[in-house]
Parts: sequence; structure tokens; C-alpha cells
Amino acid sequence: MNTNLNTSSSLSFDDIGMIFPDGTEALRNISFELSKGEFVTIVGPSGCGKSTLLKIASGLLEPTNGSVEVDRERLGYVFQDATLLPWRTVSKNVELLAELHGIDPQERKQLVEESIELVNLEGFENHYPKSLSGGMKMRCSLARSLTLKPPLFLFDEPFGAVDEITREKLNEDTQQLFKQEGFAGLFITHSISEAVFMSTKVLVMSARPGRIVDEFDIPFDYPRKPDLRFNADFAELCGKVSVALRGSHS
Amino acid sequence: MNTVTENEEKSSTAILNQPSRMRKYVAAFLPPIILGAGVIGLWYYITFGVLAEKRRFLLRPIHSVIDVGFLDGDNRTESLNALWSSTEVALIGLSISIGLGFVLAILMSQAKFLERAIFPYMVTLQAIPILAIVPLISFWFGTGQTSRVVVCVIISLFPIIVNTLFGLQSAEKGMHDLFTLHHANRFTRLRKLMFPAALPAIFAGLRISAGLSVIGAIVGDFFFGKGEAGIGQMLKKHANRLNGEELLACVILSSALGVVVFWIFGVIQNKAVGRWHEANSATS
Repeated sequence: MNTNLNTSSSLSFDDIGMIFPDGTEALRNISFELSKGEFVTIVGPSGCGKSTLLKIASGLLEPTNGSVEVDRERLGYVFQDATLLPWRTVSKNVELLAELHGIDPQERKQLVEESIELVNLEGFENHYPKSLSGGMKMRCSLARSLTLKPPLFLFDEPFGAVDEITREKLNEDTQQLFKQEGFAGLFITHSISEAVFMSTKVLVMSARPGRIVDEFDIPFDYPRKPDLRFNADFAELCGKVSVALRGSHS
Repeated sequence: MNTVTENEEKSSTAILNQPSRMRKYVAAFLPPIILGAGVIGLWYYITFGVLAEKRRFLLRPIHSVIDVGFLDGDNRTESLNALWSSTEVALIGLSISIGLGFVLAILMSQAKFLERAIFPYMVTLQAIPILAIVPLISFWFGTGQTSRVVVCVIISLFPIIVNTLFGLQSAEKGMHDLFTLHHANRFTRLRKLMFPAALPAIFAGLRISAGLSVIGAIVGDFFFGKGEAGIGQMLKKHANRLNGEELLACVILSSALGVVVFWIFGVIQNKAVGRWHEANSATS
């Protein structure tokens, strides 16, 4: 597998296929590229292999077919759970990745402060995860990746477990971070409105084995305001994605 | 980015709210105090209400146990010396168990192969009745302090190994993935993820083993009495001489030692993991 990128794309999948040892075919013929300035969301039914694709992008899984090109040196990865270490305070959790990457303590401290400010968790630096709400845990998890200033951010259904209002708020904040920090983003979800609200492009994945069956360019300008969700064009796009998703599911 | 939503903040402070301190203490201490008073009452009833006067040596009244066992200068000095000797054995044994237990658990956590190789022997060691190997221990290590420590280690080692290993293996897969993604080596993973994740289980094991180390020291002392007499030897002596008060005083002292050791580890546990561990409340 080639992990050195010599093109302008941040991530490139070429004919990815994945068959697990038990014979389950999770993915078939997945090819697409993701460049700086793009925020691509994959929507698909549960169990269609979306998370598997993200694990392949990050190197946690090796595909059984095809190749992926990506620079994994400073990868941003937000898991389904916040995966915060319960024995570390918010600021120590945010500091973790910078620590693992051997960044010196002085610089680390500054990166932590900046990241906590970016996700608006000031005042909670010394709190332990057990005293944070679901939304705040996710913010902390985002801040942890932001310390690395990652050129590529992978999101594995990160906001699936929070309530609707918090989720919308986190969506707004994420697209603002995307605009501000300029990373390339690959986001996995099964919420259509979440996908359309944040992305430059939405890819629709079929049920297992997962294949990309449709794609939609999302034309709205950034930063996107919350009331975009009530816009007729937004609703129409959501409708189209929904039809494609239903088509792929049947 | 906008501020943290009110919702988020509210739910966070709600989690932080704790019941008042006074109520917590009453709830923690009142039930055992009531039960203790009941037991003392029952004790007096049996001594004076059930036992005939000439059979009262079987259960001396509590004030006479305190008088003879604890307030009598000679008896007290003898008992406290014995207690110290047993405490010493328990501490040495427990320290060896902790060191050995940690090393074995860490080794087993690093390779499935080692876990498969070592674990069955640990279970076997745990399953051996101490009585069955008393002759062997005296044959190899004599009948002095070394043998007492050996008994103590055999009795207290297993919970440390099992709990430490379980703890080291308890970090969630997502957390391991996080460390893998960021190229953490084996040592970093052990130090920054597996070991802190293991702390609650390690302390659970330590508290069990601390209690067992006291039992081990007394059992060891019972069989291997050469040198300084410990509580085990005292128990033997007073039982043979039908010294009811002194015997009960020794029993109380040995269980007090067990409780103190258990409590000390509870306090350390609270200091070490109480601030962050979800399930760690009202344990000390």
C-alpha cells in the first residue's frame, strides 16, 4: 500500500474491496478521491461497511483488494465514542495525541489551549470525562485531534449518540472548523440532513457489500447558517439523497 | 464557534451534584453501629444468660476481655509484640506478592502465549491447600519467618495477578485503536493506557490480597513458630491454656489488623482513582 501522496488529493481510494475472514463481503469497488478543501460525507444503511472504509483509510484495517493513498502522519480521527481516557482531565485528554507525537511540552500547552478554545470548552479544562455531557465529550475528542492540525480528518459517526439539538449544534461547529482550519474531511453518518448540512459532497453507499451508488455536490456557501435547514433547496437535496438511499437499500 | 449550549452545561452540573456530606456519613456509619451494638448485646446475653457460670470461659464478657486482654500491661505488651511480628510478615509477604504479581500480570498482558503458559500454574498454586504443603515448606525453608512469609505469599498472590491482568486487558478497543493510529509503542501503550485503565481493578485486587496477607501471616505463624512469636502462636498458646480473655483479645487484634490494612488500601484507592473512576464511591 502506498502511503505517500504525490497528487493534490489528501486521500484516494482505488478499487477498494474488503472480505472479512468469515467470508462477509463488506466493501466492493470503492474508488474516490478527497482533496484539501473538500468535506465528503458517506451516508448508507447500518452495516453497509462505512466504518470499515474509514478503518481502511486510517490503516486500522488492510483492504483485501485495491489500494489507498493517504498521509497518515498527522491523521485526525473522531470515533463513534469520544474515547476519552477517564483518568485524564479535559486538558490532559486534549494533550494526549501531541504527547504521543513527541511534541515538546511548551508547544503542547499552547496547542491544547488553542484547541480547547476552538471547540469552546474553556472553563472545563480540569474536569474529568465522567462529569461531562455527551456533547462536551465529543467536543473534547475533536479538540484532541485538532492539536495535531491534521490535514485530513476522518469522522466515524461521531454525533450518533447525542440528542438532536446538541447534534445540530455540533454539525454547525464542525463545518465552521472545517472552513477555519482548512482540513479535508471524510464523514460517516446515517443522518441525511447532517450529511447535506456539512458537506461539499455526499456519497450514497449501498447495503452490504457497500458500493458507492450515487453522489451529490452540495452547492451552499460556508459558513452555513442553522436556518439553511429550512431552505427549500436544502430540503430538495435531502429528498434526492433519501431517494438514492432508499433505492440502494431495496 | 459559539458557546457550549445551556443544555450541555446543565447536564454536566447535574452530574456533579452530590448528596450532603452529613447525610452521607450517617448513611455510611449508622447501619454498622446499630448492628455492632446488637452483636455486643447478644454477646452479653450468651455469656450471662445462656452459659452456666463454670462454662463461662468459653465466651468471656466483653468488659473482662478488655480488662485482661488489653488493659493488663503484660498481656498487652505480649499481644502487641506478637501483632507487630505478624504485621511484619504480612507486609513482607504482601510486598513480594505485589511485585511478583505485577511482573507476572504485565508479562501475561503482553503476549497471549505467556498468559496461556503461566495462568494454569497460578490457578494450581491457588488451589493447593496450605495444610498439604506445610511439611514441604518447613522442609525447604525451615520453621522461621521465611516460611511464614512463603505461606503469606502463596495465599495473597493470586488476587493480585488476576485483578491486575484483568485490569490491564480492560481498556476499550477504541482507545487501543487511538494509540495504534498515533504509532504508540508497546511501552507507551502500557504506561499511558493499559496501566491507568487497570488501576481500579488493581486496587480491588490489592484490598483482597491485603486481607489475605494478614490471614497468611497468622496461618503461617500458627504452623511455623520459630523465632519471634506472632499472633498465630499467641492464639495457640491461649487456646491450650483456656485463657478465654487473651484468646478473644488476640482474635480481635488479628481481625483489627486485617480491617486496618483493608482500610488503608481503600484510602489509597480513593486518592488514586476516586476522582475519575465512575464506580468508585463509598468504598473506603
